[in-house]
Amino acid sequence: MAKTLFDKVWDAHVVKSLEGGIDVLYIDRHLIHEVTSPQAFSEIEKRGLTLFRKDQMVATPDHNVPTKDQHLPIQEALSRHQVDTLINNCEKHNVTLYGLGHPFQGIVHVIGPELGITLPGRTMVCGDSHTSTHGAFGAIAFGIGTSQVAQVMASQCLLQSRPKTMRITIDGKLNKGVYAKDIILYVISKLTAAGGTGYFVEYAGSAIRSLSMEARMTICNMSIEMGARGGMIAPDETTFDYIHGREFAPKGEAWERALDYWSTLYSDEGATFDKEYNFPAEDIEPMITYGTNPGMGIKITSAIPDRLAEAGEESFNKSLKYMGFQAGESLLGKPIDYVFIGSCTNSRIEDLRIVANYVKGKRKASNVNAMIVPGSKQVEKQAKAEGLDKILEEAGFELREPGCSACLGMNEDKVPAGAYCVSTSNRNFEGRQGPGARTLLASPLVAAVTAIEGKIVDITKHLN
Amino acid sequence: MEKFVKVTSTAVPMPIEDIDTDQIIPARFLKATNREGFGENLFRDWRYEKGNEPKADFVLNDSTYSGEILVAGKNFGCGSSREHAAWALYDYGFRVVVSSFFADIFKGNALNNGLLPVQVSDAFLSDLLQAIKKNPALQVTVNLPEQVISFDDKAETFEVNAYKKECLLNGYDDIDFLVSIKEEIEAYEASSKVI
Ligand code: SF4
Repeated sequence: MAKTLFDKVWDAHVVKSLEGGIDVLYIDRHLIHEVTSPQAFSEIEKRGLTLFRKDQMVATPDHNVPTKDQHLPIQEALSRHQVDTLINNCEKHNVTLYGLGHPFQGIVHVIGPELGITLPGRTMVCGDSHTSTHGAFGAIAFGIGTSQVAQVMASQCLLQSRPKTMRITIDGKLNKGVYAKDIILYVISKLTAAGGTGYFVEYAGSAIRSLSMEARMTICNMSIEMGARGGMIAPDETTFDYIHGREFAPKGEAWERALDYWSTLYSDEGATFDKEYNFPAEDIEPMITYGTNPGMGIKITSAIPDRLAEAGEESFNKSLKYMGFQAGESLLGKPIDYVFIGSCTNSRIEDLRIVANYVKGKRKASNVNAMIVPGSKQVEKQAKAEGLDKILEEAGFELREPGCSACLGMNEDKVPAGAYCVSTSNRNFEGRQGPGARTLLASPLVAAVTAIEGKIVDITKHLN
Repeated sequence: MEKFVKVTSTAVPMPIEDIDTDQIIPARFLKATNREGFGENLFRDWRYEKGNEPKADFVLNDSTYSGEILVAGKNFGCGSSREHAAWALYDYGFRVVVSSFFADIFKGNALNNGLLPVQVSDAFLSDLLQAIKKNPALQVTVNLPEQVISFDDKAETFEVNAYKKECLLNGYDDIDFLVSIKEEIEAYEASSKVI
C-alpha cells in the first residue's frame, strides 16, 4: 500500500500498539535544555530509575543564558541555578552536555542539525515545542512536556496516538525578497493558529524543493504555530549534501548504508493524506504579523483586516488593543523601536548573511535598537570568519553570543513594555518578548530593512 | 498522580480564544527546578498590574466566580510545550478545563498531571458560558467514568482516550507502564534498521 513519508518513519518506530489507538513509539534522539529537564531528572531519581539510553541524549543550555559575557558567571540567580542544575544533572547521569563556552553550544534546535545529530528517518524529541524544526530532514520530531521528558529518560519511548496527516504543497517560483519565513507566515495566515491541530504536516512542491536546508528548517520550525504536532520534508540531495561530513553524521560504509535507507523516505505516489492544501508560490509576498498570534499575518503592504472570520470579535479586538493598532489600517510607516534577529527560526548563517548583505555600507536608524544573536557557537564562528560581525557593527548592529535571547522574555534580553519589535522569532504572543512588549514577526530581510529605515516600509521598493 | 473520577463545582468563565501557554504562565516564571508553587503566577500578566496590584477586571480577581472548573474559548493551551502551564492551573486549584478545542501538547501535558481537558461543542460551550454569567453559583459536573459534562438540564458526552482514562481513574502514569515493557523495547532496538 502507498505510504506517506510520515507513515514510513512512524511505522519503523512502533515498539507495540495498545488498545485505544495508542502506540509505544521509540525515540532515537532526545535533546534537553535547562528549563524543561530539572523536574524530569527529579522524577527519575524519585522513582529510583536510571537513564535508559543516556548515549541517545544531548544537553545544552539556551533559554536562560545571557548573550553577553558568557565567560562570566550568570548574573541572575534563578537563571544561574537552572543552568547549574543542568550541569549537575548531566554530570551525575553522564549525559553529554555542551555547556556555555563549548564550541558546540547553542539553541538546541540549531545545534542538532549542524552537528549531524538530526538525521532523516529518525524520531527526535525535546521538551520544547520547536523541536518540529528537525523535521526538515525527514525526521519525525516534536515537542513534549516534562512528564514525557521523564518517560523518554526512563524508557526511550513515548505513548502516542497517531496524528492525522496533512500535506501542504507549494509549487512555482518564489518572488524576489520572499524567504522561507514569508512562506510559513503566509501558510499560517491561511490555515490559522489552530488549523494544523491534530496533524503532522508534510511540506512538498517545487518551491519547497528549491529551498536550502536552513530555509526548510525555518518552515518546519513554525509548524507548531498552526497547532501542528510537527512538520517534515522528504530528504533529497540537498539534505544529504548538508549532512555529509558533519560531526556525528555516519561516515564511510555507514554513510552508504544510510543513503540507501534515506532514499526510501518519501511519500509514495498515491499515498493519501487526511488533508491537503495547495498554494502557488507566486501568491506569496513579504509578510508581517500585526496581532498576538502567528496566524494574524498579512502581506507587508496590505491593511490589517476589519475582522477575522475565524476569531471572535472579543479576541480580535483584545489583540489589536494590545498591539495599539486599528482594524483596517496599514502598517507602512509605523515607527519601530527594536529589531531582533535570532531564535531557532532565523539565527543560522544564511539568515545572518541576508542581514549583513542588506545592511552593508548602511547605518541603522537612530530610533532602533538592533540585536542580532547567532543560534550557536558554530554560527558565530562562521559569521566572524566571513567578516559579518564587522559589517554588522559598522551598520550599528551588535552581534551577540548564542542563545534564545529576546525570543522569549526569560533571560536578560527583553523588549520593554509598549515598545514595537520587528522580530525574526516565531511567536508574537502578548508579553512573549517581555511584559507589554509588542512583537511583529517577519523575515530576516524585512527585519534588516526595518532597522535601517526605522519604520515599516514596502521592502520590495528597497531591493535593487 | 492523583486519581480523577468526578468533579462537581462552580466554574470560572474565560471566553477568550487562543489562550496560549505564555499567558497561562509567562516564561520568566519558568526558572524553578521543582513542580510546586506555579499557581501563584497563573495568568500573571492578565491578573496583576506591573506593580503587582490585582487587575479588577480579570476574572480570577472577581470574587463572583470561583471553582475547580475553568471554561475557556477555543484553542486553549496553544504555543509552547511548557508543562508548567498544566502545573500552574492544577496548583491554582483547577481540576478541569473546558473548551471547544485544545492544543495537542497542552492536552497531553494536562492528562499527565491529573488535569482533565474536556472538549465540548461550540454550542455547548456558549450555553455553558452564558449559564455561568447568569448564575455564578451554577454547579457543573464532570463525570469521567461516564464521560459526561452536565449543568442544569443540559449534558454532553466528551472524548477521552481509553488508556488515559484508565490512568486518570487509577492515578497511574505512563512511566510505570513503559518501565514494565522494558524487554519489548530492547527487542525493538535489536531489530531496528533506523540509522
Ligand atoms: S529560540 Fe525561542 S522558540 Fe526557539 S527554543 Fe529558544 S525560546 Fe524556544
